[in-house]
Amino acid sequence: MKVSGATLAIGVNTFTELVRQKVFFFLLIFALLMIANSAFMAKLSFQEQFQMLKDISLGAMAVFSSLIAILATANFLPKDMEDRTIYTLLAKPVPRHIYLLGKLLGIIALLGAAILLMSALFLAVLWFRESGVLAETRASMEGAPPEEIALAIKEVTDATFNANLMPGIAMIFIKAALLASLTLFLSAFATSSIFTILMATALYFIGHLQATAREYWLAGIDVEWWSRLLAAAVALLFPDLQAFNLTDDIIAGTAIPLALFLNTAALGALYICVYFALAALVFSGREL
Amino acid sequence: MSWRKCAALVLLALFGASVLPLQGLLEREGAAAHFHKTTLSLDLRERIGQAGFLAALSGFRSPLAALLWIEAHTAWENTEWGRMAGLFETVTRLQPRSLTYWDMAAWHMAWNASTAAMQNEKQPSEALRIRAQRGYFQLGRDFLERGILNNPDRHQLYLQLGILLRDKFEDHCAAAEAFLKAAEFPDAPPYVERFAGYEMAKCPGREREAYEHLRRLYEQGENQRLPSLVNLLREMENKLDIPAEGRVE
Repeated sequence: MKVSGATLAIGVNTFTELVRQKVFFFLLIFALLMIANSAFMAKLSFQEQFQMLKDISLGAMAVFSSLIAILATANFLPKDMEDRTIYTLLAKPVPRHIYLLGKLLGIIALLGAAILLMSALFLAVLWFRESGVLAETRASMEGAPPEEIALAIKEVTDATFNANLMPGIAMIFIKAALLASLTLFLSAFATSSIFTILMATALYFIGHLQATAREYWLAGIDVEWWSRLLAAAVALLFPDLQAFNLTDDIIAGTAIPLALFLNTAALGALYICVYFALAALVFSGREL
Repeated sequence: MSWRKCAALVLLALFGASVLPLQGLLEREGAAAHFHKTTLSLDLRERIGQAGFLAALSGFRSPLAALLWIEAHTAWENTEWGRMAGLFETVTRLQPRSLTYWDMAAWHMAWNASTAAMQNEKQPSEALRIRAQRGYFQLGRDFLERGILNNPDRHQLYLQLGILLRDKFEDHCAAAEAFLKAAEFPDAPPYVERFAGYEMAKCPGREREAYEHLRRLYEQGENQRLPSLVNLLREMENKLDIPAEGRVE
């Protein structure tokens, strides 16, 4: 009970601290992006408008959430050491892994809040644009047979919101939480936040190539031994971030089967737990 | 390196090995559900540049495609048809599951670019203008056919292909086939079946089949009994010598 209380307290504190650091100011940029997008889109057909809106909004959500995950996580350990709060905390009966867990939960909560806010903004703009197009469609089809009007309206609504966008947004959150956990693992080794940020960014790119390396390694292609060894190392040591990139296809209208969503989410949760456990293992022996 | 760091790396590798089956399963499930169809080839890298390729590799395919689409829109405003075609090629490769991109690319090529080619005042030879126009028709068709290959589970591009074959190629037999394919999907609009019947009626050798198809639609009720369908049925009844008792009212 004490342990969960300490975790919660550290988590809430981390969340509040990040909010005080004006992390949510990026929402202004997100909102500006939406407005600029909407202003330009007036020239396009409604199918193009909605496609652009979804492409750019969900893309921006993925960029911002990944940035927050890496930067916020890379920064907390050096900062806590610099202003010496870590020593005050660990002098109390708070195990090191609880300290890390609290920090990670605080960052994940921040990611959740940021993605919720961005989703709300995105859905509001989508709804607003849809209402405009529907009103135009109804006005231009006045007097047409009801079936034709219904078909035209269906065409508009099909191009805007579909329930599949929700698992797509959930996948952006899972990927960001995974990145936070991976960065936490790296910061357990690291001595500076710059090193952690650079390493996490490099791992982000390598993680997207993990599936290619895995395929190369497992296909048993007749290549030099060191080339296969390298591919095996990438496949075993790095996360498969490409597996979480379902949003691009979801935006394009591909329906995500429940089993695929649940299995991907389970893989994400597994990665988060394992990276956290390894971070706790390394951090438990670290000299502070 | 301390034993904890070594242990962490060993455990990480063991974990990596243990999730290989799950990763393989996800890959198969994703492929079956038409996910991850984009192939990021060297050719695509040349088209979008190093930074674009890196963005596409890092999971930002859709925003990159959107930005290139905006560029293509600007090219359209400047009537740069060749540049547009190149950009459409790149966008559709980045987002092969987006019907909007395939559909709009085909429309721009087969309708707008072809008309512009035919009205090109800089080209005095009519034969060459017609050739250029046909080239754009074919480009539009290519976009739709490749779009269908990437989206065999959706009706929209079959419908657009049918319209293109009907209006630009005047290939009624092929158009009928495309409309019939589209009509096989449960979410296809009801007019697709009518379109298939109209085109079949113009396809030599398929008149009887067309009549039966249109008659079946007629029997479905008032919703399908549009003047064009009823007139065509009457015309075909005369042509096929349908006995008076079997004719529509």
